Amino acid sequence: MEYMRAFLVGGILCAIGQIFIDRTKLTPARILVGNVVTGVFLSAIGIYEPLAKFAGAGATVPLTGFGNLLAKGVKEAVAENGLLGIFSGGLTASSSGIAASILFGMAIALLFQPKDK
Amino acid sequence: MAYKIGKDTLVTPSCPAVLSTAAVGAQKEGEGPLGKEFDLIEEDSRFGQETWEKAESKMQELACKVALGKANRKMSGMDFIFAGDLLNQCIASAYGARSSGVPFIGLYGACSTFAEALALSAVLVDGGAGKNVLAVASSHFCSAERQYRFPLEYGGQRPPTAQWTATAAGAAIVSAERKPPFIQAVCFGRIQDLGINDQNNMGAAMAPAAASTIKTFFEDTGTGPEKYDLILTGDLGMVGSDLLDQLLQKDGIDIANRHQDCGLLLYDREKQQVEAGASGCGCAASVASCHLLPHMQKNEGPRSALLIATGALLSPTSIQQGETIPGIAHLVCFTAEERRLF
Repeated sequence: MEYMRAFLVGGILCAIGQIFIDRTKLTPARILVGNVVTGVFLSAIGIYEPLAKFAGAGATVPLTGFGNLLAKGVKEAVAENGLLGIFSGGLTASSSGIAASILFGMAIALLFQPKDK
Repeated sequence: MAYKIGKDTLVTPSCPAVLSTAAVGAQKEGEGPLGKEFDLIEEDSRFGQETWEKAESKMQELACKVALGKANRKMSGMDFIFAGDLLNQCIASAYGARSSGVPFIGLYGACSTFAEALALSAVLVDGGAGKNVLAVASSHFCSAERQYRFPLEYGGQRPPTAQWTATAAGAAIVSAERKPPFIQAVCFGRIQDLGINDQNNMGAAMAPAAASTIKTFFEDTGTGPEKYDLILTGDLGMVGSDLLDQLLQKDGIDIANRHQDCGLLLYDREKQQVEAGASGCGCAASVASCHLLPHMQKNEGPRSALLIATGALLSPTSIQQGETIPGIAHLVCFTAEERRLF
């Protein structure tokens, strides 16, 4: 059941992205940034956290989850360190994800060569 | 010596000949409807090179080599090379011609480059400035993706209206010798910009340019579509081709029954998932070099044909700055017989 919930919510989030690619003139980069901003917004109005509890990885792995993480980090850091947390919170909370993606990205780039699609 | 008639058309009275042509492509082009007509299909789209850019230069070299071989010529016998591609600073052409030892003239006309190169070659040969001139153009899907969108490593998604940049090169030797097909006239287009700014809809941006050049050519020469067996546009794709037919129809010119588009000939759009069709300098260059011109040479194709290669003169920077897309179209008129048309 847990997998089912993750699959459905994650799938719906990705399907929305696909609709944007197919139906609008937005570039993929803009759609991705839009996803992050939407995640921040949904987190700020208190919707994303319950969704993440319900769907698990289905909500935290897509890019909206990254936006949620940024917002959550800022909230926590502001509570702890005051206003300076606005600047430090987002990156602190997402640091493991960012560092891992840079590292894995580099490793994959060294190991493999791209091909025609 | 070439002379102008009407507004923009240059008649080449000595009827320069296309001595030989060659087309090189990769696996996807080989699997397309024209696959068997290509002179060389390389399964590995890297062409044994380290980078996509080097692969594209290699394609140009190979296309030149095969064209020279077919005409039994040597590179040193060429008076000039006109070459162009889609990369920054035209590096595929410059590096491709690096070892040629022949006077090199780099061109940028986006996807119209091959017609531009043929037209300039014809004018030079007609004026006696050269006896044999090589015209080359290429594009490579993987280097073009990096140039215009994202490097392939990024793994971005393609929208359904996007055209597929052909991994192909075409080369032709334009010569003062007598062998069909013959170039009767050329028409350099004027830039047309109707305000389209969608990078994924370049066919629509280029169609007005094609319509303008075709109309000018007909007016200048006093001829109409019925005079030509085939009107072959470069890479308008599905959307642009329909638009061109409509635009010309408004001026009372009906080309629909003899109009074909290289972008729709190169791939099987349904089986090969290429959305709106093929594009890139290599599209018109390879289709003209492996299909149109060899057929005319063997006297089994059209007796007279117009090649109108179209280009979208945008850059990633101009698009990011919100600029609209200027279109261009250059025309070359071929006949199978030497008899002068104009």
